[in-house]
Amino acid sequence: MADAALDTVKEATAVDKSQVPTVVVDDVHIVYKVHGAGSGKGSATSALSRIITRKKSPAIREVHAVRGISFTAYKGEAVGLIGSNGSGKSTMLAAIAGLLPTAKGGIYTQGQPSLLGVNAALMNDLTGERNVVLGCLAMGMSPAQVRARYQDIVDFSGINEKGDFISLPMRTYSSGMGARLRFSIAAAKTHDVLLIDEALATGDQGFQQRSKARINELRKEAGTVFLVSHDNNAIRETCERTIWIEHGELIMDGHTDEVVRRYEKGERP
Amino acid sequence: MSTLSDPVNLSAPRGSDAGLTPKQLADKYGLSVSGKRPSLPEYVRQLWARRAFISAFATARLVAQYTTAKLGQVWQVLTPLLNCAVFYLVFGLIMSNRDTVPNYIAWLCIGVFIFQFSQSAIQAGTRSISDNLGLIRALHFPRASLPIAFTIIQLQQLLISMVVLVVIVLVNGITPGATWLLIIPALVLQSMFNTGLALVMARIGSKTSDISQLMPFLLRTWMYVSGVMYSVSSFIEKWPPFWQTAYSWNPAVVYMDLIRYAFMPESFDKTLYPGGVDAHGNALPKALILPDHIWIMATSWAVVAFAIGFVFFWKAEEEYGRG
Repeated sequence: MADAALDTVKEATAVDKSQVPTVVVDDVHIVYKVHGAGSGKGSATSALSRIITRKKSPAIREVHAVRGISFTAYKGEAVGLIGSNGSGKSTMLAAIAGLLPTAKGGIYTQGQPSLLGVNAALMNDLTGERNVVLGCLAMGMSPAQVRARYQDIVDFSGINEKGDFISLPMRTYSSGMGARLRFSIAAAKTHDVLLIDEALATGDQGFQQRSKARINELRKEAGTVFLVSHDNNAIRETCERTIWIEHGELIMDGHTDEVVRRYEKGERP
Repeated sequence: MSTLSDPVNLSAPRGSDAGLTPKQLADKYGLSVSGKRPSLPEYVRQLWARRAFISAFATARLVAQYTTAKLGQVWQVLTPLLNCAVFYLVFGLIMSNRDTVPNYIAWLCIGVFIFQFSQSAIQAGTRSISDNLGLIRALHFPRASLPIAFTIIQLQQLLISMVVLVVIVLVNGITPGATWLLIIPALVLQSMFNTGLALVMARIGSKTSDISQLMPFLLRTWMYVSGVMYSVSSFIEKWPPFWQTAYSWNPAVVYMDLIRYAFMPESFDKTLYPGGVDAHGNALPKALILPDHIWIMATSWAVVAFAIGFVFFWKAEEEYGRG
């Protein structure tokens, strides 16, 4: 009985090896409230009169950022997300990571996706070294694993190439250095789903090469990688599949060559 | 025109899965809703697995606190000392409370340190989520790690203050006794209580940032009501018995009294400090009163606050970092 069950599982994995879904996005709408939008900060007297008259603050506005997007990503895929500024790419990633609630529809993922963004600061007043250790511990590594991986992470980030920067507080890093260290920390662990929001764009040439190699490794380790970038060449080199989003709607979903070619020409299907 | 204009649908399930709706596909492969809150036992398990992170985070934060100050870590000892000096100046010398409370300086310092432990744990808890949004958005870990870590930082700071306190107590001519051992269970209970409050305030503070503006006023009221710097017993004596009992349940008073009793049990001895006035009409120190069932009160507060705080925080686990 057990053997037979095992055989069917094996068969299934053999047939569907490249077809195990890791992220299912099902007709998702995302609406979020922005505080402090519109008429600046507002004066104290106007805030007070609003409280007295019980009027809704004009400073809260709703943004319908994603309007009915559906797609399914599979194991071992690297998916690029392209679109103009404010088209909803980053919002989509944040929602996949579970950081934004969906107004309608559902997002299903395998394991817990990790989001890597340019703005995601770690602990700025702590040294790079502390950030590496704490970041790894927070991701659930044991202290022994952290000790074993520590040097690899620092080497990968290339922070120490120009002197002993790892023992300086992270607030002294340039934005590129900070982004590199964050990527290195996150990439130290195997993720089922890794979401990268332009984190690579800030790195220098050598680092970009290393991170592309690491993304490929992560994919081989049966993960799925999403990449948001305005650098079309980075998308071409890293992803074989690309999704084009505009105004929160899915314009095109297909092979990178085709989608990026159309995107560059501004040719909507 | 072009044959390429009909791209393959890379989203559609192939093979045996063809024709499944996205929802059915997700169910078949056991995918879970992104960012869903884990069950309570699972959450406790995840949190326990992050214990190394919690302690490393607390230590790193404690050390980083004074990195920009020239005197560095010396401030950890200097801050509580200066605090005591200010209160001694105002309430001990100018308002001369020292005549009515036995061992006033030690009594004052214990009150200040113990109250400050609760106060700063609550304040740090309120900001623990909103000040660490970057970390929360970048990495995935049980969010309760943060308020718990911030309470541990305050506990570490209290332990440093305790060293100062022991010196002050010894200088005041109090000899160490067996009751000093009671400090340990009392601090354990207070830490539990503080963690519970920090968890509650962390959730509230993550939603309404206005609360951090309001907290200092609430905490200051609590401090003056609790009689940290002057004895409130002379006012309380005139109250109806019900209000006296209600007042004795004030957790700040409970934990302060426990530590005061542990450090200097003789201050609670009526034969040593009968009160009254001397020949010149000056007030004499009056023995302190330890309420009945004080350990039951301390334990109840600790358990109830921790349980409520933990569940209350966990209920919104998926929402931290949003917005």
